[in-house]
Amino acid sequence: MTLNKIPIGKSGIITGVGGKNELRLRLLDMGLVPKTKVTIQKIAPMGDPIEIMIRGYELTIRIADAEMIEVEEAEDNAYDICSCGKSK
Amino acid sequence: MIFALVGNQNSGKTTLFNTLTGSNQHVGNFPGITVDQKVGEMRLAKGCSVVDLPGIYSIRPYSMEEIVTRDFILNQKPDGIINIVDATNIERNLYLTLQLLELHIPMVLALNMMDEVRGNGGTINISAMSKAIGIPVIPISASKNEGISELVDRITDIAKKRIYPSVLDFCQPGPVHRCIHSVSHMIEDHAERNDISARFAATKLIEGDQSFAEKLGLSQNEMETIEHSVSEMEHEYGMDRNAALADMRYSFIEDVCDEAVVKCKESREHKRSVKIDRILTGRYLALPMFFAIMIVIFWLTFGVFGSFLVDLLSQGIETLTNLVDLGLTNYGINPVVHSLVIDGIFAGVGSVLSFLPIIVVLFFFLSILEDTGYMARVAFVMDKLLRKIGLSGRSFVPMLIGFGCTVPAIMATRTLSSERDRRMTIFLTPFMSCSAKIPIYAVFSIAFFPGHSALVMIILYFFGMLIGIIAALVLNMTLFKGNPIPFVMELPNYRMPSLKSVFMLVWYKAKDFLQRAFTVIFLATIIIWFLGAFDARLNSVTNNADSLLAAIGQFIVPVFVPIGLGDWRISTSIIAGLSAKEAVVSTMSVLLGTSMEGLSVSLGSLFTPLSACSFLVFTLLYTPCIAAIATIRRELGSRVQTLGMVLLQCIIAWVCAFAIYQIGNMIF
Repeated sequence: MTLNKIPIGKSGIITGVGGKNELRLRLLDMGLVPKTKVTIQKIAPMGDPIEIMIRGYELTIRIADAEMIEVEEAEDNAYDICSCGKSK
Repeated sequence: MIFALVGNQNSGKTTLFNTLTGSNQHVGNFPGITVDQKVGEMRLAKGCSVVDLPGIYSIRPYSMEEIVTRDFILNQKPDGIINIVDATNIERNLYLTLQLLELHIPMVLALNMMDEVRGNGGTINISAMSKAIGIPVIPISASKNEGISELVDRITDIAKKRIYPSVLDFCQPGPVHRCIHSVSHMIEDHAERNDISARFAATKLIEGDQSFAEKLGLSQNEMETIEHSVSEMEHEYGMDRNAALADMRYSFIEDVCDEAVVKCKESREHKRSVKIDRILTGRYLALPMFFAIMIVIFWLTFGVFGSFLVDLLSQGIETLTNLVDLGLTNYGINPVVHSLVIDGIFAGVGSVLSFLPIIVVLFFFLSILEDTGYMARVAFVMDKLLRKIGLSGRSFVPMLIGFGCTVPAIMATRTLSSERDRRMTIFLTPFMSCSAKIPIYAVFSIAFFPGHSALVMIILYFFGMLIGIIAALVLNMTLFKGNPIPFVMELPNYRMPSLKSVFMLVWYKAKDFLQRAFTVIFLATIIIWFLGAFDARLNSVTNNADSLLAAIGQFIVPVFVPIGLGDWRISTSIIAGLSAKEAVVSTMSVLLGTSMEGLSVSLGSLFTPLSACSFLVFTLLYTPCIAAIATIRRELGSRVQTLGMVLLQCIIAWVCAFAIYQIGNMIF
């Protein structure tokens, strides 16, 4: 499953980060590395980009870029800012 | 001693810089660094200065900001690094910290916004954290001025004693660890010879930053060995090099946080932010709110404060002018000098100065939007729209600033990491009508469309944007083919802006404007006065039509005839507008021999309502002022491209004015 498939308010655990060159490096630098939990917060008024919560902060990425991020559904979907990003 | 201030965007870096330096700031340029940096004397440490480096998330060789930061630290070798970290967002902030540590330079971590963490019931074990990352950690609150003196003491102390970061190993034993160590061991001699930290160079080489291979003078053989060792690591670890290093850093950070950080549940600031976002970025409210905010700002700037302050200031200038006039007349000074002072300097500079309040007020609001975090939301909301013209939401902010002044707007394109996006945004920004053009619109709408000033301005602003969009679409298919930069942007929590930072910014803008008023514009008004007061034989003329200026204006008049502006006084004003847009109106008033107040009346003799429209459109679109051109030249780094851009803009302006004038003529 890819990140863009997760519904608003739900979370996933990153399993792989694709994308090319600079985009991929930016995603990695911003903390989107495997085993990290991501929550989808909202979608922009015009339908793109999306806002995600990761490592306790909010980040916006485009849907096309979210398609590059492989995730698996997280069991615990509750809003959880405490986790250090690890799936415990 | 010189210190580098480094940190993420939105970490409070500028606030800390202002707190550290007070008003002792200037722009410094450093050899080998293409972009000028702000430097300030530290208030609490005599003889120490601090350089405000751009806000970055990582040291990659991609965006200009990252390259500037890297080159500054590598070439200038600061005596110490102050790394500011947002304590409320500690994991991602520490990612940059780990890369800075590798540089092997005395460093202190300034843990900002600790008050917010504590206020929400969180704690950070400072000593545990300091031990884990091997440098002093000082909790501060830059906006409340807490912990600053301790921060200054520590950084000067460790810089003096040259105490280096004591922890360098962020990796668990394993393939990544082995790879980093074997590479850094191999290049150790090269690194030492070139005075670069071996560890930093090693990670950069593993990440594939080729510039380090050159910097270190590695042989083909050595490069191959490194490549071999890296691909072995990739194979063993099951991740490619970049993911492996990012994973290594974040795993280390997670361990540090587990040990030293007790986070709270969702913070008050975040809850508040989510609530505000429901309105400002909500599905139905986002766009109306954005336009409402912009309209309120423009109304406050140009309607409420602006007009009041402008009136006040121009009254003051008029009183002063009359006083000087009286004094000079009584003194019986030479009439030419009298004319220079009163008709040239006072009339020209005075008319420009009276717009200072508008610029100050506009920048006041724009910087509040920036500091609260709203600008990032604007980019979030507008991204889809801008993608249609081949840009990202981030280009929206520079263009928005373009409505204030093109110069800072073009400087703001530095936040864009792709050259293509940068160039294109730079090209489009002048289409956003800058505030210096407002006097032109104001005077003309009073003269020709009384009672509809606001409408005329709104139409002009939107027309400028429309032409910009068309130009962007055309450029997208021709000159600027290619992909826009990845749009990966942080949305910081909304914050109360620090009034001090806002006022400092406004003060710098005002100072900058005044400097321009008394240098470029001052010179321009004297030149124009001179050209207007003398003929080719340097005899002072009684009739403007005999002057040198008229001769130049006459010379280019044929170009302006097809767009209905076939009078030398108009073409002359347009040329004068090159020095500064404010000069268009002031030149016109000098040439018509009237005061600014009387200008609206006298314009009737020079324009028809239709040619006035043509003139407004031409001035809206034609090349920006000298100061802006100089900035464009600096940012583009190419004279040819700058010249091409200026010409293209003039051509677009001429074509639009031509269309309007000719179509108008057919209809009326």
